[in-house]
Amino acid sequence: MAKTENKIVVTGLNVWFLEKQALKSINMYIQENHITAIIGPSGCGKSTFVRCLNRMHETVAGATTSGTVFLDGENILGSDIDPVMVRRKVGMVFQKPTPFPTMTIFENVAAGLKLNGDKDRKKLTVVVEASLRQAALWDEVKDSLDKPGSSLSGGQQQRLCIARALAVKPEVLLLDEPCSALDPISTGKIEELLHQLKKNLTVVIVTHNMQQAARVADFTGFFLLGELIEFDVTTRIFTAPADKRTEDYVTGRFG
Amino acid sequence: MDVTAYSIRKIKEKVFLSAVFICAGLAVLPLLALLGYVLMRGFSSLSFDFFTHLPTPVGETGGGMANAIVGTFMIVGLASLISLPIGLMGGIWLAEWGSGKRGFLVRYTVDVMSGFPTIVFGIFAYVLFVLTMRRFSAIAGGFALGLIMIPYITKTTEEMVKMVPRTLKESALALGIPEWKAMLLVVFRTAWSGIFTGIMLAVARAAGETAPLLFTAFNNMFWNFRPDQPTASMTVQIYNYAISPFEEWNRLAWAGALTLVGMILLITIVVRKYSRRVVYG
Repeated sequence: MAKTENKIVVTGLNVWFLEKQALKSINMYIQENHITAIIGPSGCGKSTFVRCLNRMHETVAGATTSGTVFLDGENILGSDIDPVMVRRKVGMVFQKPTPFPTMTIFENVAAGLKLNGDKDRKKLTVVVEASLRQAALWDEVKDSLDKPGSSLSGGQQQRLCIARALAVKPEVLLLDEPCSALDPISTGKIEELLHQLKKNLTVVIVTHNMQQAARVADFTGFFLLGELIEFDVTTRIFTAPADKRTEDYVTGRFG
Repeated sequence: MDVTAYSIRKIKEKVFLSAVFICAGLAVLPLLALLGYVLMRGFSSLSFDFFTHLPTPVGETGGGMANAIVGTFMIVGLASLISLPIGLMGGIWLAEWGSGKRGFLVRYTVDVMSGFPTIVFGIFAYVLFVLTMRRFSAIAGGFALGLIMIPYITKTTEEMVKMVPRTLKESALALGIPEWKAMLLVVFRTAWSGIFTGIMLAVARAAGETAPLLFTAFNNMFWNFRPDQPTASMTVQIYNYAISPFEEWNRLAWAGALTLVGMILLITIVVRKYSRRVVYG
């Protein structure tokens, strides 16, 4: 492995939604240019965890946190940090494809730049093509950039959303169950894409699908009831887990 | 035995179906009769002069409602100027931040407001504008109609903005777009076609109001382009013509009614077409 630098370091992270504690003192690190998978049953806090990595948890009313999330050594949960700036560095793709319905394919990919005031058409054209190529979608849509983004198939829409996230040049890409609404062929395409992407950025993927974690991730964290039970190199998690609960989960003995 | 039970059931079904069909027919019958009658009586009195000329004194033939058509546009325009910013922003606020006690209070007020008799808004505008300015004016009329439009626009905006999936806003936020831009350029834009439908229906509703205009905008037999002067409107003009004893004026009332119905019909048709295009587009 070429680089083993920690891109994100999480220490003692607690999250509450009103009275209910969703995450309990999570300690974890996410390595640069690697793929980290977060697995666990529904409601275990894995989505909450990744949403803390770009402060999306704040969009839910009543969310409070303690602890720290360091991105390149800077605590992004600090009150003096602008969440908007964090999100430009840490992009996110959601479970259901969410192309902006009023925009064309081109406008969708350009949205992050355009809505932030970048109107230079030439630059946008270059960025859109580069992002669509990165998301392995260019060949399929290059002749229909003026069509609405919602005219694409589900798998294409999800890659469009990845392209849209890539267009703002994030350093980290968070994917919250990006394939759970897709068929196996589209899923395969996205997994292949993630392998390409990790050359340039750091990827964190939440998944329900353990085979997916085993296929794509370098590191895997197993969450249960708001706690990080085990975090290790993916092969260890799936072949020789240290914790009994991890073993039960990855062998399908519960859930 | 089974066979008879089956045939009884078939008869029941036929009776029920025809009852439903007849009721549906009865429901649209008044509308069709009204449209047909207005068309029959109004069409013969319509002429080019009707759209371009001022009303004429009793005894003279001809004349039109040109000033009332312009007046209606002016009053409804003023009403939109008042109600659009309040209704749109109020609706967005209710949809996004209106889940608490304050939201409940605002929502409740809006609901009550939409049920008010419209003449109450007229009295309110009368006291506020006509009494203080000491004259009837398009402003007073526009204010009254604006108050009538506010609850409609607020409610449609709230509902349409709520229909936009949360994940769409989150996707925009995740691109590092500030919240107000995400709201305006993604959420509001997505909801816009539905909101536009609501606005046009509110406009149609306001354009058809008579009572609140009687003692706010009053009427005017001449051209008026100043918002602080008494202003003619189609509905009040129709009312005056219809209750007058002169046959010539009665004919003009029919023509005015036809024009108004036609305009509102046109708005509704355009809106339907527009909203359909967006839904399937």
